[in-house]
Amino acid sequence: MAGSRDFINRRIHSLLGVIPIGIFLVQHLVVNHFATRDAEAFNKAAHFMESLPFRIFLETFVIYLPILFHAVYGLYITFQAKNNVTRYGYFRNMMFLVQRVTGVITLIFIAWHVWETRVQAAFGQEVNFDMMADILSSPFMVAFYLVGVLSAVFHFANGLWSFFVSWGLTVSPRSQKISTYVTMGVFVALAIVSVRTIFAFI
Amino acid sequence: MSTKMVKFIISRQDNPETAPYLEEFEIPHRPNMNVISALMEIRRNPVNAKGEATTPVTWEMGCLEEVCGACSMVINGKPRQSCTALVDQLEQPIRLEPMKTFPVVRDLAIDRSRMFDALKRVKAWIPIDGTYDLGPGPRMPETKRQWAYELSKCMTCGVCLEACPNVNTNSDFIGPAPLSQVRLFNAHPTGEMNKEERLNAIMDDGGLAECGNSQNCVQSCPKGIPLTTSIAALNRDTSFQAFKNFFGSDR
Ligand code: HEM
Ligand code: SF4
Ligand code: FES
Repeated sequence: MAGSRDFINRRIHSLLGVIPIGIFLVQHLVVNHFATRDAEAFNKAAHFMESLPFRIFLETFVIYLPILFHAVYGLYITFQAKNNVTRYGYFRNMMFLVQRVTGVITLIFIAWHVWETRVQAAFGQEVNFDMMADILSSPFMVAFYLVGVLSAVFHFANGLWSFFVSWGLTVSPRSQKISTYVTMGVFVALAIVSVRTIFAFI
Repeated sequence: MSTKMVKFIISRQDNPETAPYLEEFEIPHRPNMNVISALMEIRRNPVNAKGEATTPVTWEMGCLEEVCGACSMVINGKPRQSCTALVDQLEQPIRLEPMKTFPVVRDLAIDRSRMFDALKRVKAWIPIDGTYDLGPGPRMPETKRQWAYELSKCMTCGVCLEACPNVNTNSDFIGPAPLSQVRLFNAHPTGEMNKEERLNAIMDDGGLAECGNSQNCVQSCPKGIPLTTSIAALNRDTSFQAFKNFFGSDR
């Protein structure tokens, strides 16, 4: 076979984190950024996404199933580690811990976010600018969204770093260092996009 | 001469089943002493800081020059070799603990069998035996030999396993050291002939994929072995190997 179950699961987990979940995340944040223009631009963009053909298949195979697998296996990986940053306070070890913490926060956030938007839509509510403005009218939810989205974005950016290592793309210490700068650049860029979007609803 | 004393707090354990406990010791300072010479002093005169007679502390040692790895223990929170831990360079009281990633045999002595089992599992050797003389193998370029020599310095000390957050009782991860040995033997011109066997061995459960990139190993290795570079290089090799295994290859 191509390797043991552990090996294959781990590689699938890694791949799914970037393709399709990471790509979806970037797309989602960019489309939502229309909210910074005005409500109409956001509604138009959201409506376009909603009216994509085979939507339920796209959602299932590009979003739900990959996230489900990545999240379940991610939790398994998370609880297997015995974190030791107090003894070994090195940068990468801290990132290792933060990757796991942000993964768990992201999971909680995604569950709530899907419930509040996609599940409500299935119950007949319309997902539009007003819905988000309504949700974000509470300061608590603003904080919750900021923490949740920034966790997801950090998790993706730092995950990109370890994705490059997991597949053997960045091997030498220098390439891994440059990759740290690049992926942290990705974090900052996506953080700006998402924070701007959140504040556009307030 | 006033007798300067050195204070030790040692984690002790009578046998693999009993609970560990701390015992303090104060021993006379001698110039240039290391942790092992301090432990030898305790062995010579097994009296704890309260003045009570006690059993001598058990530990392991071999080379006394940081090449065998037997004397590894956690000293002031960091796993390292006690033979090269100079007392004058350590903050006091000096805390000694066994590397608990491994089964504790007694006091500071641990059982590193799992590392040797892992080396067997990943076939960290070069098969050269035959029924007749196979003659000399291919030559190794000198630059490559020098590079490989760095990887060959591993003394199976276990420090990298102790430092790794993914090597623990929840996981069957073999740890960084045996992985890097696969890279060493795969780099050898004769060893390369069995490259696929070793790659497949580390693609098994508890192998390469269990690494989560905390990179504590490379920070901790006393021999400065580029463990994380080895792991990333093996990630690359196994990426190709997995495709070959799955789709087949004409080699
Ligand atoms: C927005 C959703 C998510 C994205 C875009 C994402 C992306 C990624 C990426 C790209 C990686 C790197 C893969 C690798 O190391 O090769 C990763 C790793 C990881 N993810 Fe996620 N992830 C998401 C959600 C989650 C969730 C909900 C969890 C559950 C707790 C999770 C847990 C983990 C863990 C533990 C790792 C580390 C794996 C390792 O170091 O071996 N992730 N993620
Ligand atoms: S790689 Fe370094 S830390 Fe790990 S066992 Fe070998 S010498 Fe010790
Ligand atoms: S006694 Fe051999 S490494 Fe310390």
